[in-house]
Amino acid sequence: MLKLSSVTASYGAVPAVSEVSIDVGEGEAVGLLGANGAGKSTVLRAISGLVKVTGGSIDFFGTELTRLPAHRVTALGIAHVPEGRQVFPELTVKENLEIGAYIPSARADRARTLELVFSIFPVLAERRDQLAGTMSGGEQQMLAVGRGLMLKPRLLMLDEPSLGLAPVMADATFEKVQEIHAMGTAILLVEQNVSRALSLVDRAYVVESGRVILQGSSAELANNRQVQTAYLGL
Amino acid sequence: MLITLAQAVVNGLLIGGIYALVSIGVTLIFGVVKVVNFAQGEFVMLGMYVSFFLATRLGMDPIVSLVVSVPVLFVLGMLLQHYLIRRVLGLGDMPQIFLTFALSLLMMNVALMAFSANYRTIQTAYSNLALHFGGLYVPVPKLIAFAVAMGLSALLWVFLKTTDLGKAMRAAAQNYDVAMLMGINPDRVFAVAVGIAIALAGAAGSLLMAFYPAYPMVGQVFVLMAFVAVVLGTLGNVTGALIAGLMMGVAESLGIQFVGADSGMIVVFVMFLVTLMIRPNGLFGGWAR
Ligand SMILES: Nc1ncnc2c1ncn2[C@@H]1O[C@H](COP(=O)(O)OP(=O)(O)OP(=O)(O)O)[C@@H](O)[C@H]1O
Ligand SMILES: [Mg+2]
Repeated sequence: MLKLSSVTASYGAVPAVSEVSIDVGEGEAVGLLGANGAGKSTVLRAISGLVKVTGGSIDFFGTELTRLPAHRVTALGIAHVPEGRQVFPELTVKENLEIGAYIPSARADRARTLELVFSIFPVLAERRDQLAGTMSGGEQQMLAVGRGLMLKPRLLMLDEPSLGLAPVMADATFEKVQEIHAMGTAILLVEQNVSRALSLVDRAYVVESGRVILQGSSAELANNRQVQTAYLGL
Repeated sequence: MLITLAQAVVNGLLIGGIYALVSIGVTLIFGVVKVVNFAQGEFVMLGMYVSFFLATRLGMDPIVSLVVSVPVLFVLGMLLQHYLIRRVLGLGDMPQIFLTFALSLLMMNVALMAFSANYRTIQTAYSNLALHFGGLYVPVPKLIAFAVAMGLSALLWVFLKTTDLGKAMRAAAQNYDVAMLMGINPDRVFAVAVGIAIALAGAAGSLLMAFYPAYPMVGQVFVLMAFVAVVLGTLGNVTGALIAGLMMGVAESLGIQFVGADSGMIVVFVMFLVTLMIRPNGLFGGWAR
């Protein structure tokens, strides 16, 4: 479904990610793990067209993404829930969700998708007329994920959905992501919290200094010495 | 005394409607595209000349000529965004300032060559009509202009609040990158935002033509007021610009009435400085940001 081949992307002269090759199959949940500054967010930004790709290729259902502007990538059905939530603070919860279904194909089903999102995140239904910027961090994270779902994505990319949340709230968020995955949506999950991420995904890649250094099934990675010492604190 | 005060407030509100239209345009461009348009006043001037020539050549009423000036300036605004502003985005503040400032100078000087420096006025059947409400004197052309200005502001508000494109515009103003992640085409949203802003300036011009003379530098009067109103109303805040625009009109009028005929601007700027000392971010919170 999604296949990155030797992707290199940089902000200035120095590449932030180099020669990254990963793939995500239909309906799969794949993790992208690594420490601060490893380049995880940059991989997502390269896929969605927010950062210039200087080498390699990104294929999504046969379409080359590296030359497409971000809004055209979204139109192909890739929802990117960015790091730090980034809801539109001065739009209401409902307006944020409506904007999530801006592209014509999603707009046609908007009312139905909205009901679905409200059923997954009842708190969003309760707060539908509240300004997004006045919600708690956890609620904003739910909104950011819900906004991504409004696209009816073929691939949902989540950048550290548990960042800055209390453990209870982080667990709740992960449960929701699990629920969304169970409904058949493919997921590419970026996380620093490796143990939590491995409990959710089928496979994962470990990124360090802009390169993929390890990959394998969740079970393989959980038993890997290197992962255990560097990320699981064992 | 009380009636004099009431009359000054009415006079201020009537012209304040025009200030509000110009201010809303400036704040919309700033809020969405993050560019300060120093040429906004020159588009008011252009709207005035459009209406002036339609009136003198075709006998069209200046208020009616909105149906020409608004679409024409909307298209001009889209072209301005597409061919000029878009090219300087992301290059820092200086190229943007030079661009719109140069455009302002260019438009004034071309107008000077094409239309001469003469003051142009037009007479309509209602030019000298006025309504009287219990001692208050309300000139009909200004009343019509005010009503239309408020109507257009309300239309814009409905557009921004209820349409998908309007919501996309507010989203893009608040977070450009994430707006793109929603599938919003920034080129399109920016072009429409600038188109609307310039169309509002054109509308202000047509409305003004019913009671104010057109001349090449006329835009400067209005753009100065608009910049103060935009800061007072909190940069990027459309409702704030509307209210601040009306307040500026009232402040100016009170100044003229109670301080002296040429002191309108002094009162405006004193009010501006005092407000900024108390509320440096303007009177209103961010709304479009
Ligand atoms: N906008 C930017 N401009 C310049 N350099 C950047 C920018 N964003 C990220 N970088 C650099 O690119 C590298 C990778 O950053 P990235 O944000 O992808 O890391 P990350 O793995 O997501 O980290 P974190 O877990 O802290 O979010 C870092 O060295 C970072 O400093
Ligand atoms: Mg990151």
